[in-house]
Amino acid sequence: MSGYFDGPGPEAQYRAYLAEGRFMIQRSSSSGAYVFYPRTLAPGTGAQDLEWVEASGMGTVYATTCTRQRPEKGGDYNIALVDLDEGPRLMTRVEGVAADAVTIGMRVKARIAEVGGAPNVVFDVVEAGA
Amino acid sequence: MSIRGKAACVGLGMAGMGEAPGRNAMEIMAEAVGKALDDAGIPLSEVDGLFAATAFHSMAAMSLAEHLGIQPKFSDGSNIGGSSFMAHALMAAMALDAGLCNVAVIAYGSNQRTAGGFKSISEPMPFEAAYGPRNPLTAYALATSRYMHEFGATREQIAEVAVAARAWALLNPEAFMHEAGPLTTDEVLAARMISDPLGKLDCCLVTDGGAAIVMTRADRARDSAKPPVYLLGAAFEHHHRMISAMPSLTTTAAAASGARAFEMAGYGPAAMHTAQLYDAFTINTLLFLEDLGFCGKGEGAAFVQGGAIAPGGRLKVNTNGGGLSCIHPGMYGLFVTIEALRQIRAALGSEEGPRGPGGWVDGARLSVAHGNGGVLSSQATCVWGASETL
Repeated sequence: MSGYFDGPGPEAQYRAYLAEGRFMIQRSSSSGAYVFYPRTLAPGTGAQDLEWVEASGMGTVYATTCTRQRPEKGGDYNIALVDLDEGPRLMTRVEGVAADAVTIGMRVKARIAEVGGAPNVVFDVVEAGA
Repeated sequence: MSIRGKAACVGLGMAGMGEAPGRNAMEIMAEAVGKALDDAGIPLSEVDGLFAATAFHSMAAMSLAEHLGIQPKFSDGSNIGGSSFMAHALMAAMALDAGLCNVAVIAYGSNQRTAGGFKSISEPMPFEAAYGPRNPLTAYALATSRYMHEFGATREQIAEVAVAARAWALLNPEAFMHEAGPLTTDEVLAARMISDPLGKLDCCLVTDGGAAIVMTRADRARDSAKPPVYLLGAAFEHHHRMISAMPSLTTTAAAASGARAFEMAGYGPAAMHTAQLYDAFTINTLLFLEDLGFCGKGEGAAFVQGGAIAPGGRLKVNTNGGGLSCIHPGMYGLFVTIEALRQIRAALGSEEGPRGPGGWVDGARLSVAHGNGGVLSSQATCVWGASETL
């Protein structure tokens, strides 16, 4: 069995994938459950069988807020929680519509963009929510 | 084997309420300890159990023991945010019952308001920070958005929580907003939007303040100067640290902590004469009313309408004015606990200071004190009762 520290940890691997333009999430091969954020052990079960898989990139807005900010400081911006079609939820930003026009249930698609000085996942609206 | 009724609060104190210019967090906390010990009639030299958490001290129990010049035999500085102090009460009762200490003090202090504003104890969340969340605000805004979506609740309905809290504060001269006058739903809705759907008046105060309580075993508490208030049940639980990892944004771990605390106490929510629920934001009160079993899931917004949790309402909630209108120095949990205790003491005839008509709840014998920590992360519930409830 390989050790836990044979190479970069899950966060470093995740960020390295992002730098290559790939949005990768983990999957526990025994349960089939998808995992985000990147873990060392499968959450809840402790299984040591997490493997990297490409995310479909499709998701649905689960919750959203428009953070109010004065224009001279950059203006309002969106923060959303998106449920990936694979199951896991992540914090992100929905772009392409006004920060306060993002609604729960919107279908969104992932894109890698520079956020906070590093590549991170943001989402674009593909269709309005129910 | 249960710790039900094995320990009691025999003294309490608060300091630096609202604004305490020129004093640091430790000084405010130490003053609260001094007041609580005076209230208990117990000298500092007898304190051998110490429990503390603040946003200003990474090892608060050690710093406080040093400042007080004592050498506790048992201490706990566990920090689970604003719910720390409910967990400390459970730990203190366990340590007292086990004979590991004889006089336990739980304490907190903050000068965040006069030191420049909201003081976070949180490190940036690794998979969230890039998006610029203003935690805890962002997390509670997200939860509110989800609550409104799932249950069809309106901002107007949710505003009732803030309106009720202000009405209680008007009865409490110690409340920071005591002189502010009544609040209307329209004012809450018209307040500056901070993070949709939360406006400024959906958010707690940013104040200074310190608090402390003294606990002993029940046998000693019977002879105390002030009416002892017994810890009948306590439990805590948490399932996430980042809001993005919360399983459902509309059900908190209070559903678990509350059920276990009520089971230990042998009294359910319907028996509570007051409910003190950590209200950092208006959504908190709704979620905790539901998760603790005062109403069904999704019914909170309807439950609070028509002044139902205001003075004169069917359930006495956050009777000091809450974090929204009384005090919120950052980790408000010990003030939640103290209000639960004081309501019972006042009803037993203890002189607890002036309140407007109905500000002290007649016949209060049982109070639930529910604490919340992090971003709806940690939930801790204590049930306190007068001697006749044992």
